[in-house]
Amino acid sequence: MAETSATTTHASPARWLVVAVPYLWLLLFFAAPFFIILKISLSDTAIAMPPYTPVFQGFGAIRDFFSNLDMENYLFLTEDPLYVQSYLSSLRIALISTLLLLLIGYPIALAMARAPTTIRPLLVMLVILPFWTSFLIRVYAWIGILKPDGLLTLLLQTVGFLGPNDQVQIFRTDIAVFIGIVYSYLPFMVLPLYSALEKMDNTLLEAANDLGCPPLKAFWKITFPLSLPGVIAGSMICFIPITGEFVIPDLLGGADTLMIGKTLWTEFFGNRDWPLASAVAVLLLLALVVPIVIFQNQQKKVV
Amino acid sequence: MKSSKFDATVLTLGFAFLYIPIIILVVYSFNASRLVTVWGGFSLHWYRTVWSNQGLMDAAWVTARVGLLSATIGTVLGTLAALALVRYGRFPGRMLFSGMIYAPLVMPEVITGLSLLLLFVAAGIDRGFWTVTIAHTTFTMCYVAIVVQSRLLTFDRSLEEAALDLGSPPVKTFFTITLPLILPAVLAGWMLAFTLSLDDLVIASFTTGPGATTLPIKIYSQVRLGVTPEINAICTILIGLVTLGVIVTSISMKRTELRRIRDEHVAARNAT
Repeated sequence: MAETSATTTHASPARWLVVAVPYLWLLLFFAAPFFIILKISLSDTAIAMPPYTPVFQGFGAIRDFFSNLDMENYLFLTEDPLYVQSYLSSLRIALISTLLLLLIGYPIALAMARAPTTIRPLLVMLVILPFWTSFLIRVYAWIGILKPDGLLTLLLQTVGFLGPNDQVQIFRTDIAVFIGIVYSYLPFMVLPLYSALEKMDNTLLEAANDLGCPPLKAFWKITFPLSLPGVIAGSMICFIPITGEFVIPDLLGGADTLMIGKTLWTEFFGNRDWPLASAVAVLLLLALVVPIVIFQNQQKKVV
Repeated sequence: MKSSKFDATVLTLGFAFLYIPIIILVVYSFNASRLVTVWGGFSLHWYRTVWSNQGLMDAAWVTARVGLLSATIGTVLGTLAALALVRYGRFPGRMLFSGMIYAPLVMPEVITGLSLLLLFVAAGIDRGFWTVTIAHTTFTMCYVAIVVQSRLLTFDRSLEEAALDLGSPPVKTFFTITLPLILPAVLAGWMLAFTLSLDDLVIASFTTGPGATTLPIKIYSQVRLGVTPEINAICTILIGLVTLGVIVTSISMKRTELRRIRDEHVAARNAT
């Protein structure tokens, strides 16, 4: 088969286009921008404000180009505690959220995998459906629930859990951010876990049971280790974008909720400091290189 | 049997958590009162306000055009990418290629958005409708590639090989044999690409320009000012459209699947 594909590859230019067109598109619009971000992050604020001159202006400019680059923005980022804190805080929030997602998502995925085969497609559909509705809408839905004069306060007052003048003080705190993140990312955690658990061979558990292994021990010795690919995939799919999350901390978090995505947004849209925003982006990317590589290797194994 | 009771509880709680906020949002879009916590009776008032809000309607039109165009280009590019990944074995730069397909799926949107914006500025391209469309095409094509790739991997190649053996040119074989067989996945990919484009706030905010305000950007600027039933009404319309789209697609996919199975049975019977 390798032979036939090799010969046809040479025979038909159309076959080359199949690779070349998407390849060039991604090189141009996905890979190339990273080099530009790197370049801008090393330039000075004044010259990079738009409109600024195109990157390449002949060979004489190359020397000037390099002599203009410096680490000023990066030094600034390490000196100002705001950036260091929002960097660490993002990683902390992403880590805690991912653990919460695993704790909540795992029982759901397990219950789905143990459900009768006839209703499994329906359950999968029910998990996917919220994912199709807008991210922004789903975060917005929580504002009405969590705000001090919102529905949660009303509910707790009606039940008698809160006095008529007390209000729930969750909105614009880290707790609201965690709720928003868990809510938005739950399908992304459940689905990889489910697809790992669904493939499991049930005879293994039966054998363990026959040999007198208690169910909980069987879970830790058999089910959990076998679901590890799903755990890793789900965790990476959640952890990586959560680290750079902007919408949730912006709409549900308070002024003291520091996240790097929000900082980048403020630098860019608020302070209009493009080089500094680029430097923040480069550092965020560096933090995510290892998780992204793990994610890609995991995906390749699945394929 | 104890575990099945536990499972039922977990699933009920899980789905309640996923759906109750959306249901509340939809219900309160029909609220006559402006206050979130006061039910003032059923009313379609907010839908009328949405309809007569010119700014929102313009944004919806921009979003629809960006979505249709970027989903279509993204589906073509993504399908080609999936073919390249599944059918081409090793080719120079394959590692980089598959990396560029998977990375956008998890890349934080602020990075993708900022980097594309800087590219457009460096190239001297005015930001607006086309830059948002290019940005959306770039990240949606990766989702399409993943969806189509998973179909191609479970694909029976014998029909294709038969056509090639009988002298059908590769391009013709693709359009007469391969494409009809992977069509459900291609359509699902298009649908996914379209809704992702419809959804996107962050990347659009970075890459848009004057005159190309998309609906999420518009909604976001209103949400920042507070919860109003008018936003609930827009959100309900969007949820309704997307749910309808998903249901129609999944029913038509099921039909195609059933027809395919029936055709295969007929073909098998005729062959013997």
